Amino acid sequence: MKNKLGALRFMVLAGLGAAMALPLVWAFCAALRPPDEPFALGNVFFGSHLSLDNYTKALSLAPFVQYYVNTAWQVGAILAVQGVSASLAAFAFARYRFPGDRVLFTVILLQMMIPSAALLVPNFSTIRFLGLYDTILGIALPFFGSAFGTFLLRQSFLSLPRDLVDAAAIDGCRWDQELRLVFLPNAGSSLAAFALSSLSWHWNDFLWPLVVTQSDAVRPLTAGLVRFTQMGEIGAQWGLLSAATMIVTLPLFAAFLIFQKQFVRGYLSSGLK
Amino acid sequence: MRKPRLLPYLLVAPTLVFVVVFTLLPLGEALVGSLFKQRLNIPKFQDPVFYGLGNFADLFGDGDFLQVLANTGVYVLVLVPLSLLAALVLAFLVEDKLKGLGVFRLALFHPTVLPMVSAATVWMFFFTPDYGLWNQGLHLFGYAGPQNWAGNPGLALGALVVVAFWKNVGFFMLFFLAGLQGLDRSVVEAARLDGANGLRMTWSIVLPLIRRQTVFVTSIAFIGAFQTVDHVFVLTQGGPSGLSSLLLYHLWQVRFERLNVGQGDAVTVLLVAVLLAFTVTNFLWGESREK
Repeated sequence: MKNKLGALRFMVLAGLGAAMALPLVWAFCAALRPPDEPFALGNVFFGSHLSLDNYTKALSLAPFVQYYVNTAWQVGAILAVQGVSASLAAFAFARYRFPGDRVLFTVILLQMMIPSAALLVPNFSTIRFLGLYDTILGIALPFFGSAFGTFLLRQSFLSLPRDLVDAAAIDGCRWDQELRLVFLPNAGSSLAAFALSSLSWHWNDFLWPLVVTQSDAVRPLTAGLVRFTQMGEIGAQWGLLSAATMIVTLPLFAAFLIFQKQFVRGYLSSGLK
Repeated sequence: MRKPRLLPYLLVAPTLVFVVVFTLLPLGEALVGSLFKQRLNIPKFQDPVFYGLGNFADLFGDGDFLQVLANTGVYVLVLVPLSLLAALVLAFLVEDKLKGLGVFRLALFHPTVLPMVSAATVWMFFFTPDYGLWNQGLHLFGYAGPQNWAGNPGLALGALVVVAFWKNVGFFMLFFLAGLQGLDRSVVEAARLDGANGLRMTWSIVLPLIRRQTVFVTSIAFIGAFQTVDHVFVLTQGGPSGLSSLLLYHLWQVRFERLNVGQGDAVTVLLVAVLLAFTVTNFLWGESREK
């Protein structure tokens, strides 16, 4: 009885898993077909021969390498500044009692209640006003403060043993030594979860960068891909489109395959993608 | 040790400044801006003129906008329950030990990692008439309807639901799975010995025990459905004739295509109000039941 159920579960899961995997596998195969071969049914999986022509053509039609560099700068800048600002704020909230601390913490948490996508229009005006339209700094700036990071790190700091913190104070640690030598090294898993969710969220973000950029010199991968799909000369060249999609997708995907556990923990802690 | 007086404020300041400038001020800005008429493409209205609640009146008197609201309502109310239910079932399926489980979980979960624009581009190809595998697959089940989902008035919104479902179901599964794995085995066993099984066990024992995860994942599912419209840009651009436009996509069109600044602010106010209603309700619900 139990074995039969197990076999049934295996078959159901195999069917569902295959169905879910099909779109990406199909696009992956399509990208490797010779560009001049029409896609009749079946040709995608069993065409005449493999070819990288779609990739080279996609790379020649749009500056994907530039998009990569832009995306890397964007997510790197966000993560670096967020990491510092959130650590400082979390340290203050976890280590000190000060008049107004609860109010300030609540104000910061408001950021988690209002998704930034909804505030796209006024934030666009702010970025223009600051003269940062069509710059990577302009894409990154609204995310330099992170309520989620502050919240997560504060939780982690609060769970440190009291004795450890007291010992550091008795040893005469300055506040920055306390933070660097005691608090941060003991918050490793929270930091990793925060970093991964921040990276993958901003790597995938599309609408905000679309709105505040207009040139290829600053445009990230996501906005670049959508522009590519809408280029007149692309039309219905699915092999080419698939290759472009793979160029945008595969590196992050490879990172995910390698660091699956950490990714999953990051997602779980944040509820952000 | 002398208590530092100023230090905590200085440490909090950077985060606070960015939150104020990019979350609180924009809210105020949108509220005020929504009361003014300003249209950048009409010379007479280049500069803002006080318009009272006119922008809101215009919106609710506009058939296009009402269509967008209806689309968004249908989209959210179909997508969210459907993907949560499927995610729960999948979580049960992948919970116990089984050969190949790692691969199955990966197959179900991998779309989460992709950017939505990549997912939508892949699906654009998947939906293609004639040789797109979506239609081929449906044919196997006897489907003989229209081929081009993304371009069909009756199906474009459905195409968006399909893509978002595919992208998110594994993500939601993860939260249910975490809940199931944290269950106290002895409680479940005791219930089983008392004769509870199958549906009854799920409904009256397991679900209440993973209530926290359920509340959390429900709220992120709702919020996510409102704040992600990347697939609209790739697949349908809101068409045909506005039948697949969603609120946030409409907001983008109003502000950046029609250059109607005042109305853009008004839509922003409405969108924030809807989202706040969800997050605050969820927050209060979570808090009250915790105690």
